[in-house]
Amino acid sequence: MKPTNIQNPEYFHKVVDCQYACPAHTPVPEYIRLIANGKYTEAYLINWESNVFPGILGRTCDRPCEPACRRGRIEQGEEPVAICRLKRVAADNKGPVKQYMPTAPAQGNGKKIALIGGGPASLTVARDLAPLGYEIHLYDEWHKAGGMMRTQIPAFRLPESVLDEETGYILSMGIHTHFNHYVSSMREILNKDYDAIFVGTGAPKGRDLNLPGRKEGARNIHIGIEFLANVAFEHVHSIGKKVIVLGGGNTAMDCCRTARRLGGEQVTVVVRSPFSTMKASPWEIADAQREDIPIYNNMPPKEFVVENGKLRGVIFEKVRAEYDDKGRRTLVPTGEPDVFMEADDVIIAVGQDNAFPWIERDLGIAFGKWDLPVVDRISFQSTMPKVFFGGDAAFGPENIITAVAHGHQAAISIHLFCQGKDLLTDRPAPTTNLVRQKMGIHEWIYDNAVVSDDRYAVPHEEKKLALSNRKVEVELGFDTDTAFKEAQRCLNCDVQTVFYHSRCIECDACVDVCPTSCITFTINGDEDDLRMRLSAPALNKSQDLYVSDTLPTGRVMVKDEDVCLHCGLCAERCPTAAWDMQKYLYNVTKAVKIL
Amino acid sequence: MSFIKPQFRHPALPKNRVGYTKADYEGAISTLCAGCGHDSITAAIVQACFEIDLEPHKLAKISGIGCSSKTPAYFLRNSHGFNSVHGRMPSVTTGAYLANRDLIYLGISGDGDTASIGMGQFVHAVRRNLNMVYIVMNNGCYGLTKGQDSATADAGSISKEGHTNQFRSIDLCSLSIELGATFVARSFSGDKHQLVPLIKAAMAHPGFAFLDVISPCVTFNNNKGSTKSYDYVRAHQEATSELDFVPEKEAIHIHYKEGKSVLAPLHDGSLLHLYKLAPGWDPTDRRSVIDMLQNAKVEGTIPTGMLYLDMNTRDLHDLIHTVPQPLNSLREEALCPGQAALEEINASYR
Ligand SMILES: Cc1cc2nc3c(=O)[nH]c(=O)nc-3n(C[C@H](O)[C@H](O)[C@H](O)COP(=O)(O)OP(=O)(O)OC[C@H]3O[C@@H](n4cnc5c(N)ncnc54)[C@H](O)[C@@H]3O)c2cc1C
Ligand SMILES: Cc1ncc(C[n+]2csc(CCOP(=O)(O)OP(=O)(O)O)c2C)c(N)n1
Ligand code: SF4
Ligand code: SF4
Ligand code: SF4
Ligand SMILES: [Mg+2]
Repeated sequence: MKPTNIQNPEYFHKVVDCQYACPAHTPVPEYIRLIANGKYTEAYLINWESNVFPGILGRTCDRPCEPACRRGRIEQGEEPVAICRLKRVAADNKGPVKQYMPTAPAQGNGKKIALIGGGPASLTVARDLAPLGYEIHLYDEWHKAGGMMRTQIPAFRLPESVLDEETGYILSMGIHTHFNHYVSSMREILNKDYDAIFVGTGAPKGRDLNLPGRKEGARNIHIGIEFLANVAFEHVHSIGKKVIVLGGGNTAMDCCRTARRLGGEQVTVVVRSPFSTMKASPWEIADAQREDIPIYNNMPPKEFVVENGKLRGVIFEKVRAEYDDKGRRTLVPTGEPDVFMEADDVIIAVGQDNAFPWIERDLGIAFGKWDLPVVDRISFQSTMPKVFFGGDAAFGPENIITAVAHGHQAAISIHLFCQGKDLLTDRPAPTTNLVRQKMGIHEWIYDNAVVSDDRYAVPHEEKKLALSNRKVEVELGFDTDTAFKEAQRCLNCDVQTVFYHSRCIECDACVDVCPTSCITFTINGDEDDLRMRLSAPALNKSQDLYVSDTLPTGRVMVKDEDVCLHCGLCAERCPTAAWDMQKYLYNVTKAVKIL
Repeated sequence: MSFIKPQFRHPALPKNRVGYTKADYEGAISTLCAGCGHDSITAAIVQACFEIDLEPHKLAKISGIGCSSKTPAYFLRNSHGFNSVHGRMPSVTTGAYLANRDLIYLGISGDGDTASIGMGQFVHAVRRNLNMVYIVMNNGCYGLTKGQDSATADAGSISKEGHTNQFRSIDLCSLSIELGATFVARSFSGDKHQLVPLIKAAMAHPGFAFLDVISPCVTFNNNKGSTKSYDYVRAHQEATSELDFVPEKEAIHIHYKEGKSVLAPLHDGSLLHLYKLAPGWDPTDRRSVIDMLQNAKVEGTIPTGMLYLDMNTRDLHDLIHTVPQPLNSLREEALCPGQAALEEINASYR
């Protein structure tokens, strides 16, 4: 293999598994260390710079970082660091932050931008562009900003006060809001004098199930996302005692738990496929089960049973999943008799779709597969140069953090576009910083000891109280002592093992001390060959090998990054400082410097 | 400074036949200087014990004083151990060995511990042919007491402060052969490929097995002009042979090509396979080995690998006809055979 080029900003970035997996590349270990040090305000601001909604995300993020977390790989049964809930600790315990945030300049730059939809994608664009002096107009059909964070995510997971606070930081940057304003024509917007338009209207259409009885039972059959919005805006206050929720995603979990709080006593979730393939996050499923909501699987609904104009229940078929050699699944009837389940109300939560009825198709904005707009993956530009898409509106439903990541990139594009620059070649590179952590002989600035604690669980509100009112938040958040202990579980994957081959005397000290057998000195070879010849076989190909230049004995140093604990022992045992521990801070450049 | 090694190990670490991973043969985290050769020998011992499927309670590690003698704290945390006094490892081992011949005895010493203060003890352990592995971690200096020249420092070798050693060095390998040792090898801490099989073979050898392992002291004797530095040893090391230790369980399936190789069966059915690299030397012929070592001295090379091997060995117990079982398992009837037996003994002297 060729020597690893550690000058490539992506090499060490990839080693920081959590940050790499985060769509917005939040510098996770950096903020976790700040939390351990009690610097909650700083931890909050680092988050805010990257993900704009630390308090919201600290409660609701889909947390792609956690399955990626190295801690979950280093031993069978070891769980990832509770990255998401640590973020909430920063938000809960921070001091005043507004004074550190950028403000809109007194003098505008003369450019006007329209943002259609007031969800996280548009709000991120607003935050990144307002400090540059853009005049920003935000349109949303509802009376407040937040998009689905407000209309969909139930208050028992996300208190309104947190939403108001974090959307408020942005709106107070001089954003012109046009609430209660459904944009029904893109042509109209184009005819106004906006320099650029960002579409962040989400994926607002809930899927329906056209089964027998659907029309007849309509009064008691609800579409999940409409139901949740109606509850959020207090149009719906109650539901029947027996409720069936159809669907296995996170929306289904929010619907069933909401139903429990509106009077549903026997709330049941029924999914058509096997339990193991449910789309909902494991923790959302666990939370629903904790609230006495059974989940039945392998039962597709067949018919809504309506008697005398009143919904009686649902008939389900029984199936099992079979997979062909290509791994494609078919649900095959088992032949068992159908099952009838009683219900006063049924909630259909089987997915969302994009819908752009308000964008005329003769404007030059091309639409492709599934009626999604044609959007560039890097610039987020549509086929009409001044129109950009982001969030769920761009490529289909995802999550908040993805919408934020899109927002940052769209903001950069809009800024480049308004300056007449090229959206691809003029994009700013990420900023990186590699800093030695040596404080003395064998002393490091970071806490390099690796603790053995298991993951700490976030305490929950007492169930009876939680179920009595939909606005009572279920999760209570870590107290600061537990947060410290959880923060200590982080391995500091951003503190990189940097190898200077010219200093190495090949004494083997690092090989001998490394607890997880990461390091090998051996004759070079191609990657597949090398991977099998290391101190421990490097079977996880998603993790890179760090290969040095040739050493005096003709060998190379090969480090498998996979299960490195970043414990610093290699550097402590190295007599010539050929190994050094250096903190790598990778930051996605924003349209404007935020902190 | 880290005082505890993290508990996590590579999740794919293989297990040996007795169900242990390499990590199960480790000890506490080392407190030696970073880069000390002794740590590499520690790692080689761990590796060898893992590979021979050692049950840790079947080994006793015994040492004297010195950085080298500290290393038993860093390996085999579940084995028996005795950290004795400076130069006294051989006598403590002799006692332990006489009391219980069922354990593997691993003596760890330094060049100071052996060739200076412990010389009187060392030579007698050799000539008595204790069934033990005797490892000298040889750095040519007294590391623990800040690097004074030891008796294995070569004449002409330059110390860190710049003075030249005037005295002839003691070659512990030649001396061992002279005294009748039946397994003599030299290796280098920086060459685990060679060292690990040697340690395994030494543990299987049914007599005194001597391993002189050159082990640079990075702090006091790794300077230019030193003949025990990493650079010097790498430049002057000449492997006499390549050794394969084939454990009993696998020996049946091994077929070697005829030629320069020597196959030596060990008492437990294991095989030692030696592939000779150096010409004009017969590892089973004492005189040819001594010649080879003398020539190397003149030429300034450092021959490493298996140097001398004699399979026809009778160890101490065999020579003095002691009871086969460990003394602690002897019952009162055996230890106090009673009046009649005493009478009989007395009668034999009349
Ligand atoms: C029930 C449910 C629970 C969820 N839970 C989570 C969670 O816990 N964590 C997570 O990360 N994600 C969650 N999501 C997904 C997440 O809410 C979305 O991915 C995210 O909000 C998308 O952001 P966005 O900015 O693209 O659009 P949205 O948040 O959808 O905002 C779009 C806004 O535009 C408005 N709008 C649409 N069309 C127009 C128009 N023509 N004129 C004016 N306004 C318009 C919409 O009403 C809405 O307010 C959940 C989704 C659902 C349905
Ligand atoms: C009876 C006695 N005399 C002297 C000493 C001081 N002393 C401690 S270690 C040592 C030399 C150790 O040298 P070596 O065995 O080569 O070990 P190294 O530290 O080099 O590995 C000496 C002289 C002592 N501890 N006890
Ligand atoms: S251990 Fe810490 S730095 Fe490493 S992936 Fe997990 S949270 Fe990120
Ligand atoms: S920091 Fe060094 S010693 Fe620690 S696990 Fe990583 S490579 Fe091994
Ligand atoms: S003084 Fe020398 S022998 Fe002792 S630990 Fe340090 S390097 Fe090793
Ligand atoms: Mg010494």
